[in-house]
Amino acid sequence: MYTVTSVTKTYGKGHGVVTALNGVDAVIEDGEWLAIQGPTGHGKSTLLQLLGGLDRPSSGRIELDGLDLAAARETRITRVRARSIGFIFQTFNLIPTLSALENTEMALVPLGIPAAERRARATRALDRVGLAGRLSHLPSELSGGQQQRVAISRALVKEPRVLLADEPTGNLDERTRDEIIGLLDELWRDRSLTMVMVTHDSAVARRAQSVAIMMDGRLSGGPRGDRGVVPPGQRPGPAVSPAADTGPAS
Amino acid sequence: MFFTYLWRELRRRMRQAIFIALGLALGVGLVVTVTAASSGVSDAQSTVLHSLYGIGTDVTVTRAATKGGGGGSSFSIAGGLPATGQKFTRDVLLSGSSGLGTLSSGSVARVAGLPHVSAAAGAVALTDLDVSGTMPSLKPGTRPGRTSITTSSFGVLGTDVAASKVGPLSSARLTSGRTFAAADANSDVALVDANYAAQNKLRPGDTITVGGSSGKGTRFKVIGVVQAPPGAAAPADVYLPLSRAQQLGSPPGGSGSMKNKVNTIYVAATSAARISSVRREISRLLPAATATTSSDLAGQVTGSLASTASLANDFGKWLAIAVLVAAFVLAALLTAAAVARRVREFGTLKALGWRSRRIAGQVTGESIVIGILGGALGVGLGFAGAALVAGLAPPLTAKVGPAGGSAAPGGGGGLRILRSLSQDAVHTVSVHLSAPVTARAIAAAVVLAIAGGVLSGALGGWRAARLRPAAALARVE
Repeated sequence: MYTVTSVTKTYGKGHGVVTALNGVDAVIEDGEWLAIQGPTGHGKSTLLQLLGGLDRPSSGRIELDGLDLAAARETRITRVRARSIGFIFQTFNLIPTLSALENTEMALVPLGIPAAERRARATRALDRVGLAGRLSHLPSELSGGQQQRVAISRALVKEPRVLLADEPTGNLDERTRDEIIGLLDELWRDRSLTMVMVTHDSAVARRAQSVAIMMDGRLSGGPRGDRGVVPPGQRPGPAVSPAADTGPAS
Repeated sequence: MFFTYLWRELRRRMRQAIFIALGLALGVGLVVTVTAASSGVSDAQSTVLHSLYGIGTDVTVTRAATKGGGGGSSFSIAGGLPATGQKFTRDVLLSGSSGLGTLSSGSVARVAGLPHVSAAAGAVALTDLDVSGTMPSLKPGTRPGRTSITTSSFGVLGTDVAASKVGPLSSARLTSGRTFAAADANSDVALVDANYAAQNKLRPGDTITVGGSSGKGTRFKVIGVVQAPPGAAAPADVYLPLSRAQQLGSPPGGSGSMKNKVNTIYVAATSAARISSVRREISRLLPAATATTSSDLAGQVTGSLASTASLANDFGKWLAIAVLVAAFVLAALLTAAAVARRVREFGTLKALGWRSRRIAGQVTGESIVIGILGGALGVGLGFAGAALVAGLAPPLTAKVGPAGGSAAPGGGGGLRILRSLSQDAVHTVSVHLSAPVTARAIAAAVVLAIAGGVLSGALGGWRAARLRPAAALARVE
């Protein structure tokens, strides 16, 4: 379970200070699928990065099962990321020189798993996302949707408890988007993942279990405490700008 | 996965990898070539020194001729000067023509008894001077007029027949006949240098006449012909048993014999590390003498060999170092640039849970492979460079002046006209420069190349390790 308490994140110094997050509070339950919507540049991806320990807040606490990611040592956070957190990025972020199988295996390398077992698990993971016939293909030989499937298999091959997705469908056409979201939905249900997804796309957000709105570095208020969660299918209240529905990815 | 990732990444930037490797290869190749050339120069210098003092001689002990001793080539002739207009012929054996004074034969035994001396042998360097013609008028105030005096000379070395491992004969090769035996110590037998034998058509069994203080020559039987090391000038034309040379030779500036006297002592130390201490002991034992080591003599070498040595050891060394440093810097900069282009990739790996150390190790591994490739290419370039040096280098000459202890001929006594006939004490040796590539040079080259790879990889790896994952992922490529 994630507990976010008064988290602030600022960049720059002096007159150039930018406040990306401004006192964010949130609780994300185990097994929950939370979508975070909001306009570009309002702190959605920043919050996601803090949840993944990719950065540290300027102030506040981010606890993952009691471990304060803001204060823990880098090596500890790295270990947590290796075992428990999977990432999916808008631009897929696959290693261009490695095949689909090898890209998936890269997530298992930090766990010290022997090569044969690594390969077997990666093969199963790719099969699960429908790429059994593309194991030896390089990213340049795959479509956008296929590349994102590889990224999903890479994120889930280590069977993490948390999946953090930053605009996973941002670079995909509608049909592929639906396929990917459908796949994520299926995996979330199968594995009881805690999934936090940043998206600007309402069609994607609607598939989530719950939706939060990020505006000016704050999660806007709502029925579930400070998180400002809006039940799926229900459009947010006056605190949410209509511009949150459209616009480029953050 | 380490090697798979490493190989794939190198293949992706093959051109850059080869470029870096070539830069390292150039630096390493230059180091190997310069090292080979320096080795060749050292070998050439050793050849020069060995030709003069023989293999195994570490220290030579000599003494300058004393002033007023009539040094140089002055001498007195038994029976006085011939009368004006009288025809004469004189064959004398002179010491001191090279400016060397004398040491007692007992000094040889004392030197041999010093600690860390494995062998010591005495020798007498003499000049056989044959003068004949008609005596000119020498009245004060009158011009001598045209003279009909002719001279010829050859070098004679009296050498210890029992000392085969030290001294000039130790590096000579017997080409016919036999060498000295212990029984020849007081015999009228001689060895002749191969070149001298060829010029004078001498073979084992023939006889040669060697002068003495009486002015009349002594006949010696040639028992063997010896060849100096290739490219080296022979220390003498004729070699005699030491005791016979002592009996026949004239000391510097005076009559009498060289009995119980030597003018050079050749000394071998028990090891190269002991040469300095042996030299110090000799100087303490014989304070009036000068002990010269090979390194001292090396400092007296002039000629194109000396210039080449200076070129290889000074300019060549610094050029190689400069190129190597430039190659290292280039490799480091290019590696850092490659890391900068992969920032997002490394950020992704960190997001996957890769530790900074693992990422840095991957970068360093790639650089080490490039370094190994550069080292291999560099060794090849080094071999080619060394072959080029050996193939294109002209024959080099080395001129070595008189050893320590020598002095200009002194004044007093004898015929000035004959004093001017002193033998030239400067030796000129011709050597061909080789450039051997040693295993040590190859090992050093490989180590240097790998060091270059490690350094550049460490810099790049450090940059990669420092990246904050969020900042790295935010980079636009």
